[in-house]
Amino acid sequence: MNALFIGTVSEIPERGGKVVRIGELELAVFRLSDGSFRAVENRCPHRGGPLSEGVVSGQMVYCPLHEWKIDLTDGKVQEPDFGCVQTYPVEVEGDRIRIHLDGMKATG
Amino acid sequence: MAKRKKLVLVGNGMAGVHVVEHILKLAPDAYEITIFGKEPHPNYNRILLSSVLAGDTDMKEIVLNDWDWYKQNNIQLHAGHEVTGIDPDERKVYTDSGLSASYDELILATGSEAFMLPLPGADKEGVIAFRDMEDCEAMIDASKKYRKAAVIGGGLLGLEAARGLLNLGMEVDVVHIFDHLMERQLDPPASRMLKRELEKQGMRFWMEKQTERIVGRSRASGLRFKDGSSLEVDLVVMAVGIKPRMQLAKASGLQINRGIVVDDFMATSLPHVYAVGECAEHRGTVYGLVAPHREQGAVLAKRLCEVETDPYTGSVVSTQLKVSGVDVFSAGVFRDEPELQSIKVQDEWRGIYKKVLLRENRIVGGVLFGDVSSGPALLRWIRNQEEMTETIHGELAGTPSTAAAPGASVQAMADSEQVCDCNGVCKGEIVEAIREKGLTSLSEVTKWTKAGASCGGCKPLVGQILQLEQGDAYDPAEQQKTPMCSCTTLSRDEVVEAIREKGLTMVKEVMNVLGWEQPEGCPSCRPALNYYLGLIWPEKYEDERESRIVNEQRHANIQNDGTYSVVPRMYGGVTSPAELRRIAEVAEKYQVRMVKVTGGQRLDLLGVKKDDLPKIWDELGMPSGHAYAKAVRTVKTCVGADFCRFGTQDSIQMGIDIEKKYENLYTPHKVKMAVSACPRNCAESGIKDLGVVGVEGGWELYIGGNGGTHLRSADFLCKVESQQEVLDITGAYLQFYRETANYGERTSHWVERIGVEPIKQAVVDDENNRRHLLERLDKTLQRREDPWKADAESSDVRQVWYEEKQVSVQS
Repeated sequence: MNALFIGTVSEIPERGGKVVRIGELELAVFRLSDGSFRAVENRCPHRGGPLSEGVVSGQMVYCPLHEWKIDLTDGKVQEPDFGCVQTYPVEVEGDRIRIHLDGMKATG
Repeated sequence: MAKRKKLVLVGNGMAGVHVVEHILKLAPDAYEITIFGKEPHPNYNRILLSSVLAGDTDMKEIVLNDWDWYKQNNIQLHAGHEVTGIDPDERKVYTDSGLSASYDELILATGSEAFMLPLPGADKEGVIAFRDMEDCEAMIDASKKYRKAAVIGGGLLGLEAARGLLNLGMEVDVVHIFDHLMERQLDPPASRMLKRELEKQGMRFWMEKQTERIVGRSRASGLRFKDGSSLEVDLVVMAVGIKPRMQLAKASGLQINRGIVVDDFMATSLPHVYAVGECAEHRGTVYGLVAPHREQGAVLAKRLCEVETDPYTGSVVSTQLKVSGVDVFSAGVFRDEPELQSIKVQDEWRGIYKKVLLRENRIVGGVLFGDVSSGPALLRWIRNQEEMTETIHGELAGTPSTAAAPGASVQAMADSEQVCDCNGVCKGEIVEAIREKGLTSLSEVTKWTKAGASCGGCKPLVGQILQLEQGDAYDPAEQQKTPMCSCTTLSRDEVVEAIREKGLTMVKEVMNVLGWEQPEGCPSCRPALNYYLGLIWPEKYEDERESRIVNEQRHANIQNDGTYSVVPRMYGGVTSPAELRRIAEVAEKYQVRMVKVTGGQRLDLLGVKKDDLPKIWDELGMPSGHAYAKAVRTVKTCVGADFCRFGTQDSIQMGIDIEKKYENLYTPHKVKMAVSACPRNCAESGIKDLGVVGVEGGWELYIGGNGGTHLRSADFLCKVESQQEVLDITGAYLQFYRETANYGERTSHWVERIGVEPIKQAVVDDENNRRHLLERLDKTLQRREDPWKADAESSDVRQVWYEEKQVSVQS
């Protein structure tokens, strides 16, 4: 597993998300109100809405297109809707944010 | 795994799809399912078409299973294809479009079609039925061009159509051949009370009138009756009944009578072919209501999944009229007959009528008018052929103080008894959901169980079950109150009052202090709290960007593919060659997908990437048109006195002045305005949140209009002489709306809720109050800024809110 440096803490809005593109992959990286970070694939399982643009509440994000509610920690869509999104582990070292991905290597 | 059998369903309506839903639950792997539907829509709730017509509901909201549902369940759906042939030997069906499908089992759920009276002239333009989405759309369209509608048929369907047409602003005449309305459900006293009530709502009735012909050249222009009288009309809606759609069954040699003949397991005369719903005739009866179709469908689904089932033996049906302000319920036997005993309560002062009919002391039917709360219980008693007792009598006839304890009959209900007939939810499921999920409100119960989510007729009963479960904790006043959102039990007014009283100044603080269930709120309450705080503390509140929804966070409209659309402000709809050139250049440079003129006379640049947004604003150098926001939007204008032969006032300048004065002002919902220079109303001032109409020597102001799904023509507010008065009253009106409306409430609903008179009093008559409103408004206006300029100029904001990150990788 590779840890990939994707940016610094101040680049991500508080209680908001940011799009991070890694090759073909489009992630949404969130900064929660408790200061922790989450990363998920930036596509709502419903109609592909960009989750990075959603309202963040606790560890939940609401898709901006039709308000599906998704738990950013396990990727699960909340009832009464269903489905899930891929999540990626995030770690913060000082000001730097890293993401763990399988089978990818950073160049810079 | 055994090979799946092939199941084909003809008819994508409620009855057929319900069978499929049931099969998916009982034996998800048994069948490979194909559905053919004549209408080009996914399955929708036909019962709610009257609410769509009435403007209460959007067409999208009545879809029961969207396209994804078919996909997720691996159902092959052919919408818009009509099956025209069955080959029972080959076990195949064929469509008009050349498709075919093989079946092991075939279900016909072809429903019914409107019965059109074969009158001379019935084929003219402007003569329609009220049956499907297309008819609904046709009526909505007609109401935009025409004024006078006639509905032929004073039954359930006809009256619902008539109410919808009234809501669309048309004059409505109902023509009925019999001497009383809804004669198949109501007895004469109930029918008379119904007629009186509907007349109060503005319907006109022509009773005992038989239409002889529809007159007009190519389009219907009138009705001629048998007695020689006539009626002028622009639109004729025929709602005299429905007839089972049987062409396919007939052509395929199935036994038919009034409908497709089926046995107690819904089997037709051909092996492996079944029929359910409005097209099926069971023991001589064709049912036109949802509940019996559900019962039939359940039997058929079990049969097809080889689950043991009792035969279907017929249904007791009930009817409820879905017309606002009129409560009518009828079930079982409803006409007095010599061998029946009756219990009647007729209270004309309160407008209440109740009648229950007994045969040998057992309940066999009844009619309720004005108070239908006992409807679900009555239906249950009829189904169980319950014996009349003191308790039941008390519940029916008694005033609340003498009635038996509410809930006694609910308590007696078995868990397996059905509560919601539309969605097939039984008492046990509701009780289980309340206990397991800890539900405390009617709206929560509806959300989780779907009971009460369709026609709403069972809501009182669902409420009683909730009450029984909650015991003393149940507070009827609490249930009446509409909470701000599902995160709290407090209403908008309670929240606003608490903010003022407790001096709360931050969104998070409000949620903390007032005990929000979800500590960081949801997309309904966060933007609302942000707005209320800004309203209450105009001079010190710092707008909280993360509590705004995406459109207002990025100051552009998010589109279905995640791109945005950008609408620059063009005061009064006026632009210049230089501005146009700049817009064109920006559009080309950033390769926008489309440039479109909006309904409010502005240019919309569609398909803009998020990280291009600040660059586009910077290069446009024009202020935000706020097309994305709950805010003052556009002021539409006609060309007015400057150019027009009829214009009496300079509408363009007035529009520009209003827009410049009140731009960037956030409001509870979007506010669209218009200025017309004469009563011809080319700027559509009659359907705007605020409309100004220039007349000789002055201006008329209109409020609360809406051109959306809830079409509403604006109410006259006042007439004034000077331009300054127009600006002041507009400002006071905006501020009064800002202060008293619920966040998310359009002026059309707000005006209806609080009434035109109180608004007139507050912003026109009471000049002192008007001045105070304007003073408070000024405090907000002083602090506004153009969001595009602010964001484009701040590199921090650009980086955090708009830019994306690229991280390169090696594989």
